[in-house]
Order: sequence, then C-alpha cells, then structure tokens
Amino acid sequence: MKAFSLFLKDWQSEVRTRYAINALAMFILVTISVILFSIGSERISTHLSGGLLWVVIFFSAMSGLSRAFVSEEERGTTLTLQLIAAPATIFSGKLVFNVILVFLMNVVIASLYSLLFESFVIENHALFLLAFVLGSLGIAISSTIIAAIISKASSKGTLYPVLSFPILLPLILTLLQLTKFAMDGKSIEASFAELAVLVSYDVIMLTASYLLFDFIWKD
Amino acid sequence: MIDYKLKLDKLTKTFGRRLIFDNIEYEFHSGNVYGISGPNGSGKSTLVKIIAGLISPTQGKVIHESEGKVVVEEKLHNHVGFISPYLVLYDEFSAWENLKLISDIRGISFKDEKIAALLENFNLYGRRNDMLKTYSSGMKQRIKFIFALQHEPQLLILDEPTSNLDDEGKEKFYNIIENEGKKNLVLIASNEKADLALCSEKINLNDYKPEQGKK
Repeated sequence: MKAFSLFLKDWQSEVRTRYAINALAMFILVTISVILFSIGSERISTHLSGGLLWVVIFFSAMSGLSRAFVSEEERGTTLTLQLIAAPATIFSGKLVFNVILVFLMNVVIASLYSLLFESFVIENHALFLLAFVLGSLGIAISSTIIAAIISKASSKGTLYPVLSFPILLPLILTLLQLTKFAMDGKSIEASFAELAVLVSYDVIMLTASYLLFDFIWKD
Repeated sequence: MIDYKLKLDKLTKTFGRRLIFDNIEYEFHSGNVYGISGPNGSGKSTLVKIIAGLISPTQGKVIHESEGKVVVEEKLHNHVGFISPYLVLYDEFSAWENLKLISDIRGISFKDEKIAALLENFNLYGRRNDMLKTYSSGMKQRIKFIFALQHEPQLLILDEPTSNLDDEGKEKFYNIIENEGKKNLVLIASNEKADLALCSEKINLNDYKPEQGKK
C-alpha cells in the first residue's frame, strides 16, 4: 500500500510536470518517422521490421525511464523520500511506475508499428503477447535499478544507455528471437526455451534489484 | 512520554582522506534538547545525517532504542522527524497535497484537523492549497516543520532550523522546541546562539577532531 501511494505520487507528479511522457512521446514519433523516411517506398523483410521494433523500444526506454530516480535527484527530493519510507517501499513504488510507463510506451509503439509497417505481420499472436509482456517487465525492472544507480552520477544522460546496454542485451536478443518465432508462426511449446530465458531474466533481475537497492540508496 | 535513547558508539566519519570527526561516544535521552555545534565544515550536518540513517559512518555505529527495544533501520523513518535547509518538498504539489502524500507513503493516517491546526500554527492555513513553488523560502521552512512533526516522531533532528525564518517564525520554533523537548528527544545542529540556548547539553564537534597533522 505504501509503495502504491508512492506510485500515485509519481503518477500525479508526472501528469503535472510531464517529465517522462513528453520525452517518450517525442522520441517514439521521431524514431518511427526516421525509420519510415529511410525505408521510403521499399519493402523491408518481415524479420527486419520485427528487429527494428525492439530497437525503437530499447532507445525509447533509454530516453524516459531514468526519470524515476533522476527527477528526484535533480529536484533535491531524494532526502525527503529517504526520510519517509524504507528502501524496499521506494524501489517497489518506482518499479510499479516504470512497469506502467513501459507497458503504455510499448503498446503505443507496437500499435503505431502495426499500422505503419506493412511487413510487420505476426502469425502467432499469443506467443508475441507473452514475449511482449515478459519483455516489457524485464525492461522495466532493469531500467529502474539502473536509474537508481546512475541517479547520483554527474553524467546521468550518457551513463544510462551505456550501463543499460550490456544488462538489457540478453533480454533484447531473446525478444528478437521470440518475435521472429511469432512472425514465423511457431508455437508456444516450441519456443519454451526462449520463454524460460525471459522468465529467468525477470526473476533474477527482480531479486538482484531488491538485494542491491539498499546499498545503492544509502550514500 | 515514550522512552527514546540514542547512542553514538565510537562514531568516525571520513570523506576520502579527510577526517570529519573521530570517535564520538555519546548518549542522548528523551525529555531533553541537545545541541550540536561547531564552525562551518565541522561535520554538524554529516553527524545528523548519520543519526537519521541517511548516510553510513566510516566506523562505529548509531543505536536507536524506543522503550528499550532497538529500532531496526527499516523502521527508523517512522521514529525520526528531520528538518534542514537542504530538505526539499515537492514543488508541483500544494502544501496540503504534500502532507497528504507523505502521510500515505509513510503509511500513517492523515488527520485533517491535526494538519489544519499545524498549518494554522505556522500561519500557512490560508495558503494550504497553493503550489509549493509559489512559497517564499521562509514559508518553505515552515512547511518543513509540519513535515517533521506530522507523524509525531520520538526523535526530532533539526539542522540549522531557524534559517530563512522571520522573528515570528523563530518564536513559533522556540515554542515547539520547548514542548517537544519535554516529551521527546530533540537534537539541534546550529551555530545560532539563540538556537543553542534552548539546549540542556551541547556537543562541540571541535572536541572530536584530531590535532592538526595527527591524521
């Protein structure tokens, strides 16, 4: 309940300041437009369009998801948070906020993608949906803990994608594979190994994040 | 009165190679107002941050006890009220919204009458629905007092509490300290003589520094 209250505070703050939503919306629009312009009238392969989807998602996440902790640090309110809640509550609240933001972001990107790219055709929707949900969760968990790590650094903007890339790489590679399977119409049973990797990634990142956060949060 | 005890056990803090203070051993008990003094850069803010559990000491430990039971670090925030010039509340919310959100995150009930009385006491009730970004620095300092008191903490830590306050604000502050000092443990870190005059005991951080060149 305390974590949910923190999420509500962040959500109301976001609605008023639009710190992350504006950055995300602009980034999504610009990136998809650039891809559309660069492709022109050419028809790209189905697998390439699936790959580009996750490239857009990765870089969009890098543009807005650090907000959770960076905005608190920039406004000087980190101390206030430290004084009112336990570290686990703070991480949970920020995680809920990022999970919702990632899902909203990914739904918008995937919807725009399916409208604008003819070659983006999914044969097995259930498999894509499963990969999409587990992948979004993984991106949200990793982005939240990395945001906490970089929030105290002086060059936050540069550090965030640099630190995120090696951590998100196994997740993105698995998601690329699963998107390809979903486009080829492969069944969920046949994609079990890749799905198990996604579940393991989410569980490991979540556990590691809660264990690490105490040390990151306290100076 | 809840019996609250704070023990500093051989507390040392260094930043890199710079020693801030060395081997502080002290016990604080509820029902008293203690002062922490020392020149600028002597480590007053560092010491109060360590006591509040915001930063870790280099050596030694801080033990908080409420009614004879050690307070675990995860629960410490509910026992401590903290005011400092570097504490910032949320500018995009009004005073009322800030206090309500903070109560919810703390997991304590928000009592409208109590908060209204506190706001009235600090002459902020009329501006309770205004965004904090429209407040003056003195008004922001006053709202921090309500932030520190709203959860009825047993340990009140005040770092330069009268900075930005006008004479009326200071008068309110002295009245609050007088009342809080009777039932709770109050620590004041300040250089203001008037602030330190409220304290029954004082620690001078200069006494916890090694001689020049020793370390």
